[in-house]
Amino acid sequence: MKPAPFDFVAATSVAEAVALLGERDDARVIAGGQSLMQLLNFRTAQPGTLVDVNRIVGLDGVRRDGDFLAVGALTRHAALEAHPVAREQLPPLAEVIPYIGYAAVRHRGTIGGSFAYGAPYAELPLVAVTLGGEVIVEGAEGRRTIPIEEFFLGHLETAVGPQELVVEVRFRLPAAEAGFGFREIAPRRHDYAIASAAALVQLDSSGAVGSARIGVGSAHPTPIRVNTAEETLIGRRPDAVALAEAGQAAAAAIEPLGATEADRTYRRRVVAVMVQDALAQAIERSREAGS
Amino acid sequence: MSKIDVQVTINGEVYREACEPRRTLADFIRKDCGLTGTHLGCEHGVCGACTVRLDGQTVRSCLMLAVQAEGASITTIEGLSDGVELSPLQQAFHDNHGLQCGFCTPGMLLTAQELLEQNPDPTEDEVRDRLAGNLCRCTGYEFIVDSVLDAAGRQAAVAGDA
Ligand SMILES: Cc1cc2nc3c(=O)[nH]c(=O)nc-3n(C[C@H](O)[C@H](O)[C@H](O)COP(=O)(O)OP(=O)(O)OC[C@H]3O[C@@H](n4cnc5c(N)ncnc54)[C@H](O)[C@@H]3O)c2cc1C
Ligand code: FES
Ligand code: FES
Repeated sequence: MKPAPFDFVAATSVAEAVALLGERDDARVIAGGQSLMQLLNFRTAQPGTLVDVNRIVGLDGVRRDGDFLAVGALTRHAALEAHPVAREQLPPLAEVIPYIGYAAVRHRGTIGGSFAYGAPYAELPLVAVTLGGEVIVEGAEGRRTIPIEEFFLGHLETAVGPQELVVEVRFRLPAAEAGFGFREIAPRRHDYAIASAAALVQLDSSGAVGSARIGVGSAHPTPIRVNTAEETLIGRRPDAVALAEAGQAAAAAIEPLGATEADRTYRRRVVAVMVQDALAQAIERSREAGS
Repeated sequence: MSKIDVQVTINGEVYREACEPRRTLADFIRKDCGLTGTHLGCEHGVCGACTVRLDGQTVRSCLMLAVQAEGASITTIEGLSDGVELSPLQQAFHDNHGLQCGFCTPGMLLTAQELLEQNPDPTEDEVRDRLAGNLCRCTGYEFIVDSVLDAAGRQAAVAGDA
């Protein structure tokens, strides 16, 4: 189908975009358009005004800022994957980005759009939920920083207000001794995932799990960190039994999405396996980092 | 809604047309510029038939508005060959039966062309991986993959002779 009519304004600064979102009735931001254009073409979204942020100079970019890697909202997936600072400071980003759709999608799609849209299958939000992080938004009252724990509220629902602009996404940088792992399953390569998991593990000097963070995506209404699964591991030797138990705990903690690609029972089963595999990879890398 | 002037360069030629903001880049290319080689299948980013190159990079033209392309340089399937001669990649598709109805072909060619520019000697797996976002209802993909690998081989042979 074709989009319903709307007004279109290409903002040239964050201040202009924020002002437009405040003034115009029913205005909506368009960034990469890789999710919003689908909604416009289906007419499930019929905004009065589209505020295009693609021409805002300086809204993209990657830099290290203390304990965080700060990524400008307009940074496109392909640019983030290739960015030397991102590759050096936070290798997990370049590891997960190839899973985001196809090359043509990654050339346009932005990190700000991924977070603002809040799709459960999105890989970059899963990484932020797993590593820790925050999102900076700007509105009429100025900027505020939203901790990642308070950002994803429900299926396609985030803490970004309708008159706010996401300006920056910040990932907490893991300790050098920590190992990262990631695994996802999709019906076809690069398609939206049915289940995904990320893990960050640090082993202590005896080889037992010192700390563990586990995130699950694509299966629950939001990307979710599963503390109950993490707790099963702390202080234990990470053998196959321990990993399987952590997987089971994660599967029990989610409220699985049902859909044509995968029913609820299947999603739980596959989440357990994704978590197990992500953990195994994280542990292996943590051993390498420690030795 | 009032129309907005959009000026883009397509295959080296400048086009300036007025269109509504809701006009997708795909419809702009097809209907306003008359270049109907760019096809529309799903209109939601999944099939890849509408793939064009925007300032060198492949994009889904159904997931962009024409007004967002203002000032851009675009390559469509009509720009792939130089005049009436088929490009080496097009010739390889012809020789290997890489198309049947031809609906997916423009998107396949532009996607494969970008791959070969970045990676002149791809493995079969790399070809399949890159083409995963382009759906074909006819060929079963085997001959498309053969075509791309054959084109890569021919490129290498030409480079070797030079
Ligand atoms: C075929 C296909 C496959 C895909 N597969 C995946 C996948 O596997 N994994 C994945 O993560 N994604 C996938 N995507 C989605 C892609 O990552 C999108 O780029 C992303 O979800 C949205 O980013 P965008 O910049 O395109 O945002 P848009 O589509 O422009 O916007 C999306 C939403 O965010 C809002 N928005 C955008 N930017 C801002 C901002 N700065 N501030 C406030 N609100 C904003 C918009 O108003 C809209 O509501 C896929 C897309 C397609 C077409
Ligand atoms: S028509 Fe654009 S991807 Fe299918
Ligand atoms: S040749 Fe018919 S869809 Fe590919």
